[in-house]
Amino acid sequence: MSRGAGSRPPLLLVVTAGIVVALLLLPLAYLVIRVAGGGRAFEILGEASTWRLVWNTLVLAVGVVAAAVAVGVPLAWLVTRTDLPARRVWATAGALPLVIPSYVAAFCLLGFFGDRGLLADGLGVERLPELSGYWGSLAALTLATYPYVFLLTQSALRSLDPSLEEAARGLGASGRRTLIRITAPAIRSAAGLGALLAALYTFSDFGVVSLMNYDTLTRAIYIQYKSLFDRAPAATLALLLVALTAIALVIEYRTRQRGRVYRTGPGTQRQPSVLRLGRWTAPALAFCTAVVGLFLVLPAGVLAYWLARGIANDRALDVPWSEALNSLTASGLAAVAAVAAAIPVAVLALRYPSRVSRTFERLSYAGNALPGLVIALSLVFFAARYASLVYQTLALLVFAYIVRFFPQGLSGVESALERVNPRYEEAARSLGRGPLRTTASVTVPLVRSGVVAGAALVFLSAMKELPATLLLRPIGFETLATEIWGLTQVGAYSRAAVPALALIVVSAPVLYLVSSERRFESGSSG
Amino acid sequence: MKTIAFVGALLAAVSAGCGGGSDDPLTIYSGREEELVAPLFEKFTAATGIEVEVRYGDSAELAATIAEEGDNSPADVFFAQDPGSLGSVESQLAELPVGTLELVDPQFRDADGRWVGTSGRSRVIAYNTETLTAAEVPDSVFDLTDPEWKGRVGIAPTNASFQAFVTAMRFSAGEDATRKWLLDMKANQVREYEKNTPIVEAVASGEIDLGLVNHYYLYLVKEEQPDASVENHFLEAGDPGALVSVAGAGVLASSDQTEDAERFLAYLLSEEGQRFYVDEAEEAEYPLIDGIEPKEGLPLLSELEGPDVDLTGLGAEHEATIELLRETGYLT
Repeated sequence: MSRGAGSRPPLLLVVTAGIVVALLLLPLAYLVIRVAGGGRAFEILGEASTWRLVWNTLVLAVGVVAAAVAVGVPLAWLVTRTDLPARRVWATAGALPLVIPSYVAAFCLLGFFGDRGLLADGLGVERLPELSGYWGSLAALTLATYPYVFLLTQSALRSLDPSLEEAARGLGASGRRTLIRITAPAIRSAAGLGALLAALYTFSDFGVVSLMNYDTLTRAIYIQYKSLFDRAPAATLALLLVALTAIALVIEYRTRQRGRVYRTGPGTQRQPSVLRLGRWTAPALAFCTAVVGLFLVLPAGVLAYWLARGIANDRALDVPWSEALNSLTASGLAAVAAVAAAIPVAVLALRYPSRVSRTFERLSYAGNALPGLVIALSLVFFAARYASLVYQTLALLVFAYIVRFFPQGLSGVESALERVNPRYEEAARSLGRGPLRTTASVTVPLVRSGVVAGAALVFLSAMKELPATLLLRPIGFETLATEIWGLTQVGAYSRAAVPALALIVVSAPVLYLVSSERRFESGSSG
Repeated sequence: MKTIAFVGALLAAVSAGCGGGSDDPLTIYSGREEELVAPLFEKFTAATGIEVEVRYGDSAELAATIAEEGDNSPADVFFAQDPGSLGSVESQLAELPVGTLELVDPQFRDADGRWVGTSGRSRVIAYNTETLTAAEVPDSVFDLTDPEWKGRVGIAPTNASFQAFVTAMRFSAGEDATRKWLLDMKANQVREYEKNTPIVEAVASGEIDLGLVNHYYLYLVKEEQPDASVENHFLEAGDPGALVSVAGAGVLASSDQTEDAERFLAYLLSEEGQRFYVDEAEEAEYPLIDGIEPKEGLPLLSELEGPDVDLTGLGAEHEATIELLRETGYLT
């Protein structure tokens, strides 16, 4: 692991990364201010119910992570390394659930599987077993998070040097042995990062657990805020979420340390060898159909059903053009800015490993598990006081997205950077290039697939973001997510179905481009 | 960077210079849904020529936002779904002109005159019309603990309107009776929902037979499903389940457009502003000023007799209610 170790990081890099991380820590600073403000802050740490919430939250996160990995990793392998028919279609469809707001997913699952839902209607049965609580939350959150694992693993598999696998095969290793000894370790860190994002998302989610009636820390935080008076208990619970994040980070870091596979060439000039599925084609297709059917077609189908009901009832259904444009603008800006901010942090952490650089990198995850409402209120607090010029402007909204979703971007950059052999950068340095020019001209092009994956993750997460959008958007700035929210608030599901489907439709081309990104790369590298 | 900061400061100075006049739009934080009140804002602009900018959100979240903004809040008016949200930011609200306050019965406004009710809603029991007739629906929430209703009733314990109802029960029936009712309901397998609309939908679909909700959600659900089999049942006089509450509004003390803000509140309580709930709004809330009858089919406001409680007091007692709901296992 001699990644340029020993050399001192350029000062500009350290300062840039430091500023990025400091800004990401604003929500934590706010929480500390609120807890220090007194009230019932510490009392609630002694209450049994608080620890039951911690337990519920952990149990849910473990379940979601296991399910997300079980779905995301095989899917990624199938669409990158096999001759599965229509691979790019599966790759796009497999990632799309990421853009469905989790509360919409929960609505749809309840609408379908609920004890008087469409399925019960269709089957003509009186009542179905209730889908709510733990299992309902698990299903909806798996839908919302497995694409993290899928997209990151897919990106890792794409940029894995095919010559390694070929060498193993050439040396007589069986296909399975190659998979276990070469492919699996190579994707472990990417899948681990995806699992981490899934866990942190689960910690932060309110929409699903509130609809499914399952008590977690985040649900309790919302209830505390709604009880309106003492803001200290909510802040304490939020800090507990930060503590859970720390545990998740340690676990992820451990898994990442084992095994590291660098590629030996920069380009992806050659397609990696493709495994012929043969008689396994049918089961593989069945797996993809089940995943896409349950997590994309089913919710989209429920939305389409509502839409059809609206049309039948002659409801005025407007196509939300301006909302879609607003969503695309804000999310697109956030994606670019988040990845740009992530590059210095990732380069510092992986190329100049030291206690400081590692700490920076780990700290940037600290706010990722916080509920959107907490992040929004923290930025309200700071911006209304100290930055009123940007308060309630698009700039602050984009900044809020970066604060919420920075790790999504960072994970993309890091998982790619981890697989780039530092010798390329060392070579550039030895040829007289400065560290910053090396980063710009050598490192960034090498990690492009990861940068694109990271940007896509931020983009899709921001497209559906609601709590921070509601409080921080410029007045009158409607996004698809706020439109859906406004309509479901008054029970107008048939009209809410339009922006919800629009969210899926406008995001699909972006994902399609990501899945075809290897072509751009092979066209320009070499 | 310096240039940007300078230009920024210049812009700020210029915009502050122009900010004094009433040409600036009035900024309203609305916890009431856009779908319901946007037409009302348009009517206000048409009537007065005052432009408005509206930030829509959840009432409690907007209250928290106003609290975090402090004196720097851009809001001029807070238009909220419930007295609790208004009460929680009361220290940031200005006293309203007596003329505006007195349009409304004292029971529907803040005792200190910092917010005023703008429309009324009654708690009711929504019932499924396929399985029950109106006569079969209990006239008191206390009957719902009967084994006959086991597993057939829905509530929304995290919702502000349910919590206000529990506070009303604590005031009118006492602490012990309320605790017992909550525990008995739990034992009777009461079903918990996120908020009012899903309860009415669940009643309509037959998932449950009865739901404790505000009266106007019925009309929203019928808008979506015109032939939904659900109706409202109003409870007997004095029952906590017959609580009449309000949506209301207040003017921020930090507003630099107090005059326009007060005109907005006066408009909400004008003949035209109140007729909106009768003639146009699909959700049929109660007008609060004298002389306007509610939408056809609704009992008169004066005939509704909720428990004898002070809406201002509901806010202050809110924490104790939350604590009780926590103790009895409804909240964590």
